[in-house]
Amino acid sequence: MSFRIPKQAREWLNRDKKINFTFEGETFTGFEGDTISSALWAAEQKVLGRSFKYHRPRGVLSLANHDINVMLTDGTDTNMRGDIVELKEGMSLNAVNTIGGVKKDKNSYIDSISPLLPVGFYYKAFHTPRRLFPFWENIIRKAAGLGVVNFNYPRILKRKQHAHCDLLVIGAGPTGLTAAYEAAQAGLEVTIIDENRHAGGSLGYNRAGDKASVEYLDDLLNKVVRHPKITLRTDAYAAGYYPDHLIPVVEAGGITKFRAKAVIVASGAFEQPPVFRYNDLPGVMLGSAAQRLIYRYSVKPFNNGIVVTANDYGYRVAIDLLDAGTKVVAVVDLRSGSNGGLHAAELYRRGIKIYPGHCVYEALATSDKSSVRGAVICAYDDKENIALAANKFTLECDGIAMSAGWAPAAALLYQAGTGMQFDYGVQQFVPNRLPEGVFAAGKVNGIYDLDQRMRDGIRAASDALRHLGHSVAPYAIEKHNGPSPSHAYPMVPHAKGKNFVDFDEDIQIKDFENAAKEGFDNIELMKRFTTVGMGPSQGKHSNMNAIRILAKIRSLPVEKIGTTTSRPFFHPTPIGHLGGRGFHPHRLTAIHDWHQAHGAVFTDIGAWKRAAYYPAANHSKEDAIQAEAMAVRKSAGIIDASSFGKIEIYGPDAAEFLERFFTGSYISQKVGSCRYVLLLDESGVVVDDGIASRLATDLFYLSIGTSNAAAVYREMQRSQQEWQLNIALVNVTGAYGAMNIAGPSAREILASLTDLDLSYESFPISHIQEAVVAGVEARVIRVAFVSDMAYELHVPMAQSQHVWNALIEAGKKHGLRPFGSDTQRLLRLEMGHHMPGIDTDGLTNPFEIGAEWAIKMDKPYFIGQRSLSILAKRPLRKQLVPFVLASNFNADMPMECNLVIDGNEIAGRVTSISYSKFIDRCIGFAFVTPAKKAVGSEFQIRTDSGSLVTATVVETPFFKNQIKSQKGA
Amino acid sequence: MPLRLLKYALKKEHPAPRFFKSLETPKKSYDVVIIGGGGHGLAAAYYLAKDHGITNVAVLEKGYIGGGNTGRNTAIVRSNYLTPEGVNFYDASVKIYEGLSEELDLNLFYSTRGHFTLAHTESAMRTMRWRAEVNKHVGVDSVVVGPDEIAKACPELDMSCSGQAPILGALFHAPGSIARHDGVAWGYARGADRYGAEIFQNTEVLSIDVKNGKVCGVKTNKGYIETKQVLSAVAGFTPRITEMVDLETPIVIHPLQACVTEPMKPWLNNILVSGSLHVYVSQSSRGELVMGSSLDPYEVHQTRSTLDFVEGLTSHMLDMFPFLSNVKIVRQWGGMADMTPDFAPIMGKTPIEGFYLDAGWGTWGFKATPISGKTMAATIANDSAPDLIHSFRLSRFEDYELTGEKGAASVGH
Repeated sequence: MSFRIPKQAREWLNRDKKINFTFEGETFTGFEGDTISSALWAAEQKVLGRSFKYHRPRGVLSLANHDINVMLTDGTDTNMRGDIVELKEGMSLNAVNTIGGVKKDKNSYIDSISPLLPVGFYYKAFHTPRRLFPFWENIIRKAAGLGVVNFNYPRILKRKQHAHCDLLVIGAGPTGLTAAYEAAQAGLEVTIIDENRHAGGSLGYNRAGDKASVEYLDDLLNKVVRHPKITLRTDAYAAGYYPDHLIPVVEAGGITKFRAKAVIVASGAFEQPPVFRYNDLPGVMLGSAAQRLIYRYSVKPFNNGIVVTANDYGYRVAIDLLDAGTKVVAVVDLRSGSNGGLHAAELYRRGIKIYPGHCVYEALATSDKSSVRGAVICAYDDKENIALAANKFTLECDGIAMSAGWAPAAALLYQAGTGMQFDYGVQQFVPNRLPEGVFAAGKVNGIYDLDQRMRDGIRAASDALRHLGHSVAPYAIEKHNGPSPSHAYPMVPHAKGKNFVDFDEDIQIKDFENAAKEGFDNIELMKRFTTVGMGPSQGKHSNMNAIRILAKIRSLPVEKIGTTTSRPFFHPTPIGHLGGRGFHPHRLTAIHDWHQAHGAVFTDIGAWKRAAYYPAANHSKEDAIQAEAMAVRKSAGIIDASSFGKIEIYGPDAAEFLERFFTGSYISQKVGSCRYVLLLDESGVVVDDGIASRLATDLFYLSIGTSNAAAVYREMQRSQQEWQLNIALVNVTGAYGAMNIAGPSAREILASLTDLDLSYESFPISHIQEAVVAGVEARVIRVAFVSDMAYELHVPMAQSQHVWNALIEAGKKHGLRPFGSDTQRLLRLEMGHHMPGIDTDGLTNPFEIGAEWAIKMDKPYFIGQRSLSILAKRPLRKQLVPFVLASNFNADMPMECNLVIDGNEIAGRVTSISYSKFIDRCIGFAFVTPAKKAVGSEFQIRTDSGSLVTATVVETPFFKNQIKSQKGA
Repeated sequence: MPLRLLKYALKKEHPAPRFFKSLETPKKSYDVVIIGGGGHGLAAAYYLAKDHGITNVAVLEKGYIGGGNTGRNTAIVRSNYLTPEGVNFYDASVKIYEGLSEELDLNLFYSTRGHFTLAHTESAMRTMRWRAEVNKHVGVDSVVVGPDEIAKACPELDMSCSGQAPILGALFHAPGSIARHDGVAWGYARGADRYGAEIFQNTEVLSIDVKNGKVCGVKTNKGYIETKQVLSAVAGFTPRITEMVDLETPIVIHPLQACVTEPMKPWLNNILVSGSLHVYVSQSSRGELVMGSSLDPYEVHQTRSTLDFVEGLTSHMLDMFPFLSNVKIVRQWGGMADMTPDFAPIMGKTPIEGFYLDAGWGTWGFKATPISGKTMAATIANDSAPDLIHSFRLSRFEDYELTGEKGAASVGH
């Protein structure tokens, strides 16, 4: 048995290549070029899937990428849409969301209890008593969802590209092809895209026995494909229309982000199902789906079919069916006053029975509900939209083709900001106010006649050309005349319901009526309560009918109901496409490889990878850090500080800029000296700190912490935009490598590589000198962050490895060892330096960390000054204090962010804490209430386990300053 | 099947009445006018009636109820905040939520799934510990857990995040839940309506009448309403309302976006948040993954969607769940988040007598819906804010007594 018919002109099949596959365990054969659905339909398999809610059997509906009920899995992939996924050799397919297979789905009982599941039923039950909700929820969650996700599915990396053209045409049907050709002839670079595998749109399947349409298409395609200025991309859909005319075009290989100077949307229209009882049975399909089966895949939709129509299009479908060898039992036309146009005459001539003013009252199912066995026909009151069921009769058939009208594929237009109005001449929304550079043509513009559509393409091209400055005469076309392509209300009420409006979500007419009865009677609320249009097809076949139903319920014209908001995506778009390659940019210092070779453990700080510590074999992290710190205290250590932010402020107003940007004083700063800088925000909160070194009257060299550097630089640029001072800001973070050599032997090691006089008198602390170190020009800064005897060397990034090597070599005999950023944290703590971001939080002001000394309030202005002047008069809420634990402490060690507890109140928290082997004490910083800030005060820290640990406030630094002993050395 | 669904099968006529009356034109005057028919405004109307017997109340909604941020969030409810004030406040909200389906007789699908805030850096671990300590102190169930516990709860999660951001631990907050956000607005609307409050959709406030520092009425597109008490509960539209009464607030508006996938069989049982990767995700009872990310970095008074957002989010989702490559995003949308400098809301009285503000919810207004309704109702009824929201008063910005909740943001907003 087969529904396959002889080769059709321009069919999409390669008959030379047979494809074997299985569906639900049974073996089938199709052709290359078949979709899963077309191959199964050719094999007369009609139950291709089950519906989401009631698990009703479903077959082909649209064959246009909105057959949501035919979702399959091949064991690897899931939610594969049968109507568009191409058949591949060896596929082993099963329908998703069934228990026991698509034919005998055990969940099909849900259909029979559907009266218990009124619209929004899940709001109405299962919540009392409360304790039973998890039980019901578990059942509901098990029933929810479609396919099962394959946890072993590989991560797919898709490319992303950008593209630009003069004109992007969306939709390669007759309208779009004509528009593209017209525009290209006038000289525009045109890209035309279409979501289908082959261009041509409805010309490819809506033939009605018209051989000329094939020639039309051949001619148009030839002209377009050969045109040097046109790029045609098929299998490519526009996923959305984003601000500033950004259109991502999705193809199998990835996403191309288009920005065109003009866009013509010729996306056509979605055929809309008329609504009658059992309009969802396998075998009941849209007229355009029947035509697609015939002309794309050479598959007969059924043997004995009924066409139910409400426009002249259905008559064309009937002729296509006859030409495909299908018997047409009858054409049932909801309209009473229409003659069916030209094609009706041919149907009469061919002996087809036509029932004007009639409807399909209900479709009749075969006993196993797998297909249609007939249809109950009765008269239809086209004005009141009711079936006159008194004189109903039954016609036997095995399929029903439905043509009741269209809804514009206007999602992109809506997203672009197009104003739409309802046009009663065509019973659809059409654009009436298009954004600049956006044009609509063809069915989406309410134009249906083929010749007229092609002229609308020319019109849109001429509009686009004029928009781009070409002088072409306006090309006017008349509005649609003749019978409406869409019925105003293609709905047949039925007392027993099951007349489906939304096939994704199994929503019937009565669901809308009942939703309205409960007060959900505007379109947005109705959408949310009924879930119409919220399924994967995004309401492509259901939103328009929902609007019509609501308009009727409220006795309002359709345009008063309006539409729901159109949101991306036009078709659901894979996460792999959207995520793309997934870049994680990170920055490495020039010495990175050395650290790696020496066993460093790295940590992420901002975008940088920094060496955190260098664990020796069999040593713990803690051992490594203590050993590195001990080296700095006893001999010398060296750290790669290349990731520090480095910014040059150059120009006559350089000092003035710093005066305004930071809290301290810089006008008076001597060339060659360094000063602490503290950055606040306008509310007086500590943001960051660093060191400003004055290299010349008009040149400051700023070094700041790694993590905030980018943000501080951005804020400097923003401030400069406001202040317009005579300065230049240069971020030289990547230009300079930096390293800090610290410890009692640091001076001796450095001295062996430079002629610079390093004596205390010539190079005291907080000074900068420019010198040659190991043959490299360097900026040498005496800083006291990790040790009072430390030199920070800033050298060109490219030479930093060389200088580093030289220092390591020179330091060998002194026991110099590298230390990492974790060790640096301990060292600065021993020195008693707090760090913004660690010892401060989003509300900390400078008074709370004892940084008054860094603030010069009597300047005209600095960022945060106004807030500080207010805060200065207010009592402190908290105070950062240095503390130690008992000297013999060896219990449950508190951790950073453990709370300081006073009675039963939170009195603060630990911001830094560490054991220091050098000091042989647990030391740290904590926020406490101001009452506890005095040296010698005791406070309680609560550890993770809940025990309280006593800490004592001390002075910093935590150990005896070495600098005095080295003065003059 | 629960018996209460039987009546729908047995009765010929649909047996459920309207949730709320369909009203077109407001009366000449009301005791209280609430601007904004979202969850907060409707909850305030409900508690004004229930707790304080004030029923001569109009709720004015310029669109449809629940159409603003109530219907645009990712429906997460939690109380694992950073300040004791915040934790107490949101904990009170969680407590009401737990019984709200029963109270409103509407199944809000309040589903307690447990909430992991993943930490990929040592500094994130510090913040998790801080939050856990504060939470524990005020009696809220939050603990710092290690990678093993996370992997056990969510075996599908790539613990190395594709090698890009290995997970060091997490703050686990057992009460973390999701709910049906639309239902919350509808339930409160029905409750308020039954007490006699009147809800007007498509009713826009054009100006607020203030004389001698006192509110005396509001002008709407449906006429003038006399009232002495006005509550503004309009989230992203707050600046437009405060402008009407010449009130300055530090609120700025940033778009916040979200998206959902096609339905798939539920597999993700918990709510997962990653600050470093800017992702929060849960799976709804329909089977969709509901996902959100950071605020857009610019101020815009729009709900537009951007491609950037969904590209960034999905890329990071793949780091966490590489197998989702071929799962499809169905829909994305945006809301307008009303951000304050300290990330805590602004609630309570204002310098204008009779003008009350419920704003600054930024990224977490949904989870506060019940308690904000309750406390704002109390504020209006007593013309005095309860202690629970004292820390959220508008004057804190002048007093420099901020309530720093930035560290409690689920992702780096």
